[in-house]
Amino acid sequence: MTALLFEKLRSLDNFGHSLHAPSYVYQPVSTEQIQNLLQAARKGDISITLRGAGRSYNDAALNGGGVVLDLSRLNRILEWDPVTGLVRAEPGVTLQQLWQQVLPDGWWPPVVSGTMYTTLGGCMGMNIHGKNNYKAGTIGEHVTALTALLPTGAEVTCTPRENGDLFHSMIGGLGMLGVFTSITLQMKRMYSGLLDVRAWPVKSLSEQLAALYEGAPDYDYIVGWLDATARGSSLGRGQIHAASYLHEGDDPDPHRTLQVEYQTLPATMFGIIPKSIIHYFMAPFMNNPGTWAVNTAKYIASLRRSTYRQSHAAFHFLLDYVPDWELGYGKNGLIQYQSFLPKETALDAWTEMLTLSHQRGLPSYLGVTKRHRPDPFLLTHAVDGYSLALDFKVTTRDRTRLAHMLQEFDEIVLQAGGRFYFAKNSETQPETARHFLGDDTIDRFRRLKKRCDPQNILRSDLYRRVFQV
Amino acid sequence: MANLHSPNISRATPLHPRRIGIIVGASSGIGAALARQLANEGYTLALLARRKDLLESLCEQINRDSGEARACFYIHDVADYGKVPDLLRRIVSDLGGLDLFIYNAGVSRPAGFKKYDFEKDRATTEVNYLAALAWLNPVAEMFLNLKTGQIVGISSVAGERGRVGNPSYNASKAALTCYLEALRNRLTRFGVHVLTVKPGFVATDMLKGAKKTFLVATPEKVAADIARAIRRHRQEIYTPGIWRWIMLVVRNIPSVIFRRMTF
Repeated sequence: MTALLFEKLRSLDNFGHSLHAPSYVYQPVSTEQIQNLLQAARKGDISITLRGAGRSYNDAALNGGGVVLDLSRLNRILEWDPVTGLVRAEPGVTLQQLWQQVLPDGWWPPVVSGTMYTTLGGCMGMNIHGKNNYKAGTIGEHVTALTALLPTGAEVTCTPRENGDLFHSMIGGLGMLGVFTSITLQMKRMYSGLLDVRAWPVKSLSEQLAALYEGAPDYDYIVGWLDATARGSSLGRGQIHAASYLHEGDDPDPHRTLQVEYQTLPATMFGIIPKSIIHYFMAPFMNNPGTWAVNTAKYIASLRRSTYRQSHAAFHFLLDYVPDWELGYGKNGLIQYQSFLPKETALDAWTEMLTLSHQRGLPSYLGVTKRHRPDPFLLTHAVDGYSLALDFKVTTRDRTRLAHMLQEFDEIVLQAGGRFYFAKNSETQPETARHFLGDDTIDRFRRLKKRCDPQNILRSDLYRRVFQV
Repeated sequence: MANLHSPNISRATPLHPRRIGIIVGASSGIGAALARQLANEGYTLALLARRKDLLESLCEQINRDSGEARACFYIHDVADYGKVPDLLRRIVSDLGGLDLFIYNAGVSRPAGFKKYDFEKDRATTEVNYLAALAWLNPVAEMFLNLKTGQIVGISSVAGERGRVGNPSYNASKAALTCYLEALRNRLTRFGVHVLTVKPGFVATDMLKGAKKTFLVATPEKVAADIARAIRRHRQEIYTPGIWRWIMLVVRNIPSVIFRRMTF
């Protein structure tokens, strides 16, 4: 334990600023340094958690009292082939670095998250999805090869065929099986830096889900905003945004739109207000009446249908549009509750959940819906159906009631055959995880864990919570 | 490594936050009362002392009363200075963090009015002061890097004057008080709070056989005062509060009189 130097201690938090934990933070710049730390961990009783950008909403990148291996400085793009679109990169490379490297050559990452500051390692550990999940699957489905360091010290190379079991479990494996050292990813060809976007309103939850279902095949991306404060016959109302790639020749000046400068998000709102201060103005509205007013205004504004062209960065990275927006939620931060439901049961289950949230006086301040399809990874969160992500403000007063309500949500979701995503929910209990993953999957994951990490070195607070170790 | 009894204590989540504390010297008296008080307020606690049976029953009682695992214990002799940094790391890793550290270990070994006993004085100094340094130094370093945390030192009103009855006890508590003040001056700028507690007479093992006691408080009353001071981020408290005024008088008794007193 003497490897744990007090001077390395830092108080880390999650993306929602709702949880803080002290850890000994190491920032390796080479795989040798990771090897050395793993070696020290094998000798002493040390737990290690991998961390990229720390953009999980829960405890996935936290390890209270243990070591956090921050991989953000292992951020070299090792190879980039603009002819084939294959990129090989270290795990600390962010999606921002990646798209800025490949876009000028006419490529775009096949799957991106709502923020571009996530790292590839983190994206792989959680097996992220985007607004094109129903078409492109998760990011793991575009990985052609990866190399990793196991806690035993062994180096492995995995492809969908070679070491296939490891490949399909390390991706989405919560960083509990090994440390990715390089990831080879196939980019998607682009003929423009723009997307054709269409936005239209939906009056209810059933209309919202129908729009996702029917719209999905016609577009490359589709996402719904859900006004979670609306009740009664308006329950689940919102706005759909759908986007499609431009075909070759559609963009009169692709050379211009494919440039990084063209994509960059504006630093000001209405041309004058610096975006970095917007979160201060959000704070007074972050209560039930305030968000009701904001959501209602947004819905009214969305009633006008529109079609427009928008840059990739502006369409995808909505979470980056207002910097530090999550600070607007106050000192206790926010949590996100995301559930994935089969298309047959989603409407009833979410109607029940949203109604419950109104009855309890605990409405979500932001709801987002997406369309999904299953994927071949071991700890998958996907279903042939939809997901609904609900953001909740954490307050000292409502904490216990919110926890109780989310427990009820869990039961509704499990009853409806739903699943959860480990980068989001912060309160999932082991029984819940066992229920939706199944004993078989958990046992398989435990066997792989034993094989890759017999001394149980890789442990995060998420892993402790969900797998009860 | 210390003898450990750690029930399966779950870690904090955003909706089930936990404050984590360590109490050194928790098996009886003020320490045990403080453990019960803080556990009641929702703290997760690591309780340290030498006597396993006492710690075990205290933990069982706390965990039974709160209906969940909130307390665990580590057998530790504070004179094992060398073991402290690793034990501290171990506890923080077992519990997932640290918000509050309380040094409560203390002994009183009066030698007698006309007697001098170095061994007794050394034991007093070791437990009351040196072992406090052994713990407070690494804890301070930890909190300094985390830029947050609360440190509580249980000193004594006895540290304010050197009396005829118990010189080494007075001196050890004076040293502890002074050290805590210096620690506060060092750490406040990093967001770390240091609380010095000066209890008067408290009905604990230490008081058994002691003469000339008055205004004796229960450990529960003292624990409640300390818990309130922790919540309010106070710097120094006398408990019970009346001792602030008593000590104001005692501090100002001129030496020419104090020398002749047998108190």
